[in-house]
Amino acid sequence: MAVATEQEILAGLAEIIDEIVGIDKSEVTPEKNFVDDLDIDSLSMVEIAVAAQDKFGVEIPDDQLKDLKTVKDVVVYVQNLQQ
Amino acid sequence: MSTTQTKVVVTGLGATTPLGGDVPSTWSALLAGESGVRMLDWENVDRLPVRFAAQLAVEPSESIPKAQLRRLDRCQAIALIAAREAWRDAGFAPPVKRKGGKDAAAETGVEGGFQVDGDRLGVVVSSGIGGLHTALNSYDTFLEKGWQRVTPFTVPMLMPNGSSGHIGIEFGATAGSHALVSACASSAEAVGYAIDMIRAGRADVVICGGTEACIHPLQMASFGVMRALSTRNDEPQRASRPYDKNRDGFVLGEGAAVMILESEEHARARGARVHAIAAGCGYSADAYDIVLPDPSGAGQAKAMRRALADAGLQPEDIVHVNAHATSTPAGDIAELTSIKAALGEEAARKLCITATKSMTGHLLGGAGALESIFTILALREGVVPAVANLEDLDDEADLDIVRGEPRKLPDGPAAALNNSFGFGGHNVSVAFQRAV
Repeated sequence: MAVATEQEILAGLAEIIDEIVGIDKSEVTPEKNFVDDLDIDSLSMVEIAVAAQDKFGVEIPDDQLKDLKTVKDVVVYVQNLQQ
Repeated sequence: MSTTQTKVVVTGLGATTPLGGDVPSTWSALLAGESGVRMLDWENVDRLPVRFAAQLAVEPSESIPKAQLRRLDRCQAIALIAAREAWRDAGFAPPVKRKGGKDAAAETGVEGGFQVDGDRLGVVVSSGIGGLHTALNSYDTFLEKGWQRVTPFTVPMLMPNGSSGHIGIEFGATAGSHALVSACASSAEAVGYAIDMIRAGRADVVICGGTEACIHPLQMASFGVMRALSTRNDEPQRASRPYDKNRDGFVLGEGAAVMILESEEHARARGARVHAIAAGCGYSADAYDIVLPDPSGAGQAKAMRRALADAGLQPEDIVHVNAHATSTPAGDIAELTSIKAALGEEAARKLCITATKSMTGHLLGGAGALESIFTILALREGVVPAVANLEDLDDEADLDIVRGEPRKLPDGPAAALNNSFGFGGHNVSVAFQRAV
């Protein structure tokens, strides 16, 4: 898989979140906290992480997932692993 | 019944069924004698002995967004749709937005209305089977893609109390949330339990009913192999024919029915419209066989007698019975025998009987609540729907079965029974009284 830019990862993540929890893509901006701002529960986060693994080809283990609090955290995590 | 007992009334009705996406459309289709039965358009349907069922008239995706549907089993989605209709019908205010909730006013489409105290609000919504589609789909996903790809909502989607939980969350019901599971008697038990919750003072308002959505090849095969289903594959809409000489089994249906029960005092204080009085409920168990009803009908008769006693009614008060009558050769007649045993020959001959599964199919865990709604509407509107497909009346069906045209009921005080019997030997009879 080709390395995605930060913008592409953000757009891809926004698509996943729209699909899984029905939050409009425009709401998914880097500073948003999954729990406090987007109201996403832990079971949905599991689904989002699996979908992100499929989309970006990087593994997000459970012990890493719990530290990914914001949209930006995931974008940076994916970007770092892709490089 | 003690004279000081709290009276319970029905103030809201909701349903989504094979005949319509709500109560008004379902009721008018029922009076028109329409059938909700359709051919199944599945791949490999030829492998099944029965290739038709009573599927929903309106898909849940028409009113629930895709992302929310992903975490609801089909039976839970339709339970929520029926609960929202009942809630609106009762004139209650939209629930306040809480964690994970969407914009409630937009969902329920109501502004204003009476604000219900969550601590005085209960839920009793049942399913006989639960999330069968979820269980099987998740297992397929596991086999094909591994455990990590199984939806993390599998457990809450397949558990039979899931609908009760989701409804309680949406409406903020904290008095208690329950799910009684007793096969095809489940949602009749739910109505009975709701009456008891209010009488016991545990709640002022209870959202109660049932839901089922298990039209799946496995279920068709499982009921088929029991020889319980009609195999009239060439005439599916004429397959469900209670009391007809040529009946050969039931037709599987899906749907949800939910009602709002309320203490009379609470309903009066807020000026609510009352559909009917939920007068009482009677239960019994056959303790005879896991699937066959006791052929003597003794257990069914006990449930009806206990319903009358619980409601403080006499046999001659009953003008109508919405029978369990699933269109099986033995069951339909056995129930008539037990009606006679319960009420006495004289009273049994004066009332009229209908079997609405002839049009809706058998909603299993949704049947008791849906047929309770039909019983309530019959009393309120003064008209009983006719049994469909009743062409050649069984010689042993010697009571007054409504056929041909709907039957008008006399004005004035009246009461009716709704019978539901389930695998496991569960017998439930719910008594309703006209609000006058």
